[in-house]
Amino acid sequence: MSPDWIIDAAGFIAAVLFIYGLKRMSSPLTARTGIVLAGIGMVLAVLASLLYLLALSPAAQARWTVNLSLVALALVIGLGWSWWRGRVVPITAMPQMVALYNGMGGGAAAAIAAVELLGRESRDQTLLAVTVLGALIGAISLSGSLIAWAKLDGHIKKPWRIGGQQVLNAVVFGAAVLLGLCTAVFGQGVFAEPFIAGFFVVSLLFGVLMTMPIGGADMPVVISLYNAFTGLAVGLDGFVLQNPALMIAGMVVGSAGTLLTLLMAKAMNRSVANVLFSNFGDVSLEQQGVIRGRLKPVEARDAAIVMRYASKVVIVPGYGLAAAQAQQRLYEFVKLLQAAGVEVKFAVHPVAGRMPGHMDVLLAEAGVPYDLIHEMDEINGEFSTTDVALVIGANDVVNPAARTNKSSPIYGMPILNADQAHQIYVVKRGQGKGYAGIENELFYADNCNMVYGDARVVLGEMVQTIKDLVPSEAAIRAAA
Amino acid sequence: MHPQMAITGFVALYIFMLAAFTGYEVISRVPAILHTPLMSGSNFVHGIVVVGAIYALLNATSWPEQVVGFLGVVLGAANAAGGYVVTERMLQMFKPSDRRKG
Repeated sequence: MSPDWIIDAAGFIAAVLFIYGLKRMSSPLTARTGIVLAGIGMVLAVLASLLYLLALSPAAQARWTVNLSLVALALVIGLGWSWWRGRVVPITAMPQMVALYNGMGGGAAAAIAAVELLGRESRDQTLLAVTVLGALIGAISLSGSLIAWAKLDGHIKKPWRIGGQQVLNAVVFGAAVLLGLCTAVFGQGVFAEPFIAGFFVVSLLFGVLMTMPIGGADMPVVISLYNAFTGLAVGLDGFVLQNPALMIAGMVVGSAGTLLTLLMAKAMNRSVANVLFSNFGDVSLEQQGVIRGRLKPVEARDAAIVMRYASKVVIVPGYGLAAAQAQQRLYEFVKLLQAAGVEVKFAVHPVAGRMPGHMDVLLAEAGVPYDLIHEMDEINGEFSTTDVALVIGANDVVNPAARTNKSSPIYGMPILNADQAHQIYVVKRGQGKGYAGIENELFYADNCNMVYGDARVVLGEMVQTIKDLVPSEAAIRAAA
Repeated sequence: MHPQMAITGFVALYIFMLAAFTGYEVISRVPAILHTPLMSGSNFVHGIVVVGAIYALLNATSWPEQVVGFLGVVLGAANAAGGYVVTERMLQMFKPSDRRKG
């Protein structure tokens, strides 16, 4: 067994484990073993890669001690830092962590391409062109993901928009492509290094410019797109390095990420192009229809008592629930209702939270069993037989305007039919608007009541109300 | 590593094509409830880039290559390790009802 054979075998096993692991992620029951298997594949591939030491070029061999120490140091820094961050980061911050780690992968892909461009003496043109393309995509993914991270983490508060932005972006992109071509053509000449440096600077700049105008609500789609970009860049690097494991893993992620991006955009009723280029949120809101009815506030304890004596309650959670850190208390309330014989289900919109599926993770963190959590298509038919729909921290995803009002910016977006429940309670901090900045006519409906207050406080009151009921009920039973 | 190119144009295209369809098929069966862990899991999978970065750094022959290669390994290792940790953390939270277990 030559070292090359071992490296190839480890890469092959890793590729199999990655695909099988991702496949196991299609059910919550098997998902965890899926990621563990993929992890084993990764460790094998990384360990085997140290065997590259046995087949170095003479020039590289002269530096092997330094290079190996650098590899060890880099692995310790990269692993240590991200392992620690990944352990301590709160689940609410998961979307920006994914963005950050993704950007780093893009950066690594760009770095590989840069080393290849710097170090080659003679290479065929196809290989150079692929290297440049991988570098371009990786660099865009790096700087774009970092901006996405900064936006979601609250370091950049407002989208940055200027007149003629798209012209500027097109020019910068053109410059990046041109410099990339020059790098590929003159890559071996005197001008190699300035071209390479210029190419990377302009590519990184394009990633920044492309991401800056996109609003925070659209960031998940963008992160997913960059995830696909990084995958693609890694796949191209795999071709450059003649490493099939990188090619397969990269391209699997590239296509999976593309599909996921399309699914997310569809759940928001937008096209990917619309997300990237339309500056959503600038829509003038004047042409909205007049909303009839009035807001009807009620006390938390009254709402709690109604739910206690209902036979079926469906809960619609939104990001406001997580922002108030009220998931645990919500589940406590749900358990009390269940103990009282109430059927309780959770209805989660595909884009609830800050990333598709984010709300599911937040509920899982609070201990909510996943079989109580229902997707939109599963549960939408059930609202008409639901006694109470409890909407907490969600807004746009239950706005009936998406079905009826053609002038609404969210018209056509699939929503949860909470308005069809017999009674609706909406827990909300104040009278503000949703993420899309539009009024919600559900709140004005006859069968809807508002419970104003911080979700955590409101749920605390609801829990207390039910707990207080229990002894008094016991007393009544004792008296009878 | 490979002085001669073993994977040439069309072979590479075949590999890319099959991998792309595989990714599409595997992902299209994942329920929405797992979309966040899935995104983070696929993010972990492209952490395999660290293997390429290690190759690049071990073969570096000048200081600019060493600097860029070093950065590449740091970033790639962070991508792989971070992606794994957050995905595993999220997935171990998904639990069925006690009633189902019994």
